[in-house]
Amino acid sequence: MASGTQTSKEYIQHHLQNLTFGRHPDGHWGIAHGAEEAAEMGFWAIHLDSMLWSIVLGALFIWIFKNAAEKATAGEPSKLVNFVEWIVDFIDENVRGSFTGKNDLVAPLALTVFCWIFLMNLMDLVPVDLIPMLFSLLGVEYQKVVSTTDPNVTFGMSLGVFIMMIYYSIKMKGAGGFAAELTMHPFEAKNPIIKILLLPVNFFLEAVSLISKPISHSLRLFGNMYAGEMIFILIALMYGTSVVLNLTGGVLQFVWAVFHILVITLQAFIFMVLTIVYLDMAHQTHDH
Amino acid sequence: MNINLTLLGQMIVFVIFVWFTKKYVWTPIINALDERRARIVNGLAAAEKGQQAQSVGEEKAKQIIAEAKSQAAEILTKAEKRGSEIVDEAKDGAKQEGDRILASARGEIDKEINMAKEQLRGQVAALSIQGAAKILSREVDASVHADMLDDLAAKL
Repeated sequence: MASGTQTSKEYIQHHLQNLTFGRHPDGHWGIAHGAEEAAEMGFWAIHLDSMLWSIVLGALFIWIFKNAAEKATAGEPSKLVNFVEWIVDFIDENVRGSFTGKNDLVAPLALTVFCWIFLMNLMDLVPVDLIPMLFSLLGVEYQKVVSTTDPNVTFGMSLGVFIMMIYYSIKMKGAGGFAAELTMHPFEAKNPIIKILLLPVNFFLEAVSLISKPISHSLRLFGNMYAGEMIFILIALMYGTSVVLNLTGGVLQFVWAVFHILVITLQAFIFMVLTIVYLDMAHQTHDH
Repeated sequence: MNINLTLLGQMIVFVIFVWFTKKYVWTPIINALDERRARIVNGLAAAEKGQQAQSVGEEKAKQIIAEAKSQAAEILTKAEKRGSEIVDEAKDGAKQEGDRILASARGEIDKEINMAKEQLRGQVAALSIQGAAKILSREVDASVHADMLDDLAAKL
């Protein structure tokens, strides 16, 4: 709510500020009050809200699925087990469809990515002021509940996938094979001199395409969720002014939330599919 | 929007979650699914076997029923034959019995006839005497011919 003491700008900025714990420039550790202080902390700071919500939601996912996994038998499944098995089967089908190599880690990785991101995105549907207000009653200044609107979170995951890509590329193709993949494409030549001449060009192109993978991977999710969250905040600005605006805001929020159900599922799915595809590319050995 | 330690923290959490999912979630669920799939395959095979056994049984049952039907038909014709035989026998018996009864009835009738003849004879004699007596009474004096009349009456 845009209350009298806050301007719209302050309201938006307040909503986009993480609860940051870090080292102040003067050396002592503490919670940042405001965006400037958080920025001054530099790298040595941690977003408590992002970590809290991502861990809570990840733990929720694991708890539900672990429960189901313990009950899962070859016999008749209960409703929860059935639901979990349905998701597992769905992921399994996707992995089988896109991943041609042999790696037992990819499917559980895809499951984790899909469910975890879906749950984090789902927090976007909680009214934007609800949880921050409850936390402010407890004396917590900032609270950003949608972890996927924090680039640290999305980059954390995409870099995790990127490291696995590099690891499996080297493991499957050997260090030489991986280097060849980076330097012998897309321009190929039979003549060794031209080959050497083309090497830096190829390397530049391949390096760009390689590095752009984790960046686009994470920014796609971050951008979508950040924009979605922003629109919820803008809609929330309409409340508390006049009856007409209140009603319009309510309708808009409902419509956007319904549309967002699609977006959050789709973004979780896309992140999962890209994870599978990237790892599949890492596992492919080219025979030229 | 700052890149900071959260990135590393997130990567560590990510790895832990993936490891946990692989070990405690994915493997048991996929195992259970595979096991169930195997069980369903076995169940389907067993069902097919059962169906086959059923069709074999049905065939056998049909055979047995056909046999039973032919046997029943045989028994029926036998029974019919025997029945007609019994009827014939009964007819013969009845005829003999009838003849016998007829013969004895005839004997009885003859007897009765004879008896009636005897009676009639007596009555005829009495009547003829009466008639004769009436005719004679005009010419015969009873007192005169009393001896003869008494003698005749005694004879009759």
